[in-house]
Amino acid sequence: MKIKVNGEDKETQSETVLQLLKELDIVPERVAVEVNLNIIKRADFENCRLHDNDTVEIVYFVGGGIYG
Amino acid sequence: MDDKLVIKGIEFKSRLWIGTGKYKDFEETARAVEASGADVVTVAVRRVNIVDRKSENLLDYIDPAKYKILPNTAGCYTVEDALRYSRLAREAGVSDMIKLEVIGDEKTLFPDVIGLLKATEILAKEGFIVFPYTNDDPIMAKRLEDAGAAAVMPLGAPIGSGLGIRNPYNIKIILEAAKVPVIVDAGVGTASDAVIAMELGCDAVLINTAVADAKHPITMAEAMKHAVIAGRLAYKAGRIPKKLYATASSPIEGML
Repeated sequence: MKIKVNGEDKETQSETVLQLLKELDIVPERVAVEVNLNIIKRADFENCRLHDNDTVEIVYFVGGGIYG
Repeated sequence: MDDKLVIKGIEFKSRLWIGTGKYKDFEETARAVEASGADVVTVAVRRVNIVDRKSENLLDYIDPAKYKILPNTAGCYTVEDALRYSRLAREAGVSDMIKLEVIGDEKTLFPDVIGLLKATEILAKEGFIVFPYTNDDPIMAKRLEDAGAAAVMPLGAPIGSGLGIRNPYNIKIILEAAKVPVIVDAGVGTASDAVIAMELGCDAVLINTAVADAKHPITMAEAMKHAVIAGRLAYKAGRIPKKLYATASSPIEGML
């Protein structure tokens, strides 16, 4: 299926958020995930199914103080 | 002397809070944070680079078990964005603390206090421990407190300007009225600025650029550590009143 991840078009076989993170080599404990503007709780990564044309945002902490 | 800063039941080891932006690399960030003695480090929330997965993670260098990670909403210009970033930060992190920024203007980076107040109210209701970055405006500080802010963070001067505490009188008025801690956020350029903030009675100071952009960041981090301690002690000690004329400190009695 075709989805959008962090602004990039992506073809994926991953069926859930957790599978997608594994495919991208991302440690689930360090990130927050949004699918179509809804925040997915970490405990739900495994059960949250992805669908064609979903928009996924994966964020984490970077260096920043005041105004980044 | 037990003089710990406690906010919403959270105990803070240091009154110096450190930002992690603008450093050369993560190693330098970690060394500066260590040298500063801070236990609060602020971080930003950004997209993971999904193309280049080799990039390192800040939290490999700043251990969340050792430091309190305080995510910010830096770069947010609307209430909606600030709420979105705050909620994502809470999911990515381990606490409900958020350093709330709703920026009003790109050139000055002054806060949009109307948006800030709205976002503070919403997030406090959602159980966030909200630290809003605000102007040195006593009325707005009070409004933010009433809206549920855990502390208020007035600027000393524009972000990254290094101009110091431009309006110590306003900070003093904010301090007088505030029932929540007051933490100066932005404007500190060098150690003496941090001392001034603490001597006024501020509960803590947040510093980033003054350390990260110093010629020797690790040394400046250490200077800031001492400055914050010195300023706090001077505040507790109570300074002498300023007088126009001299008063001798040696006794007249016993002179030849």
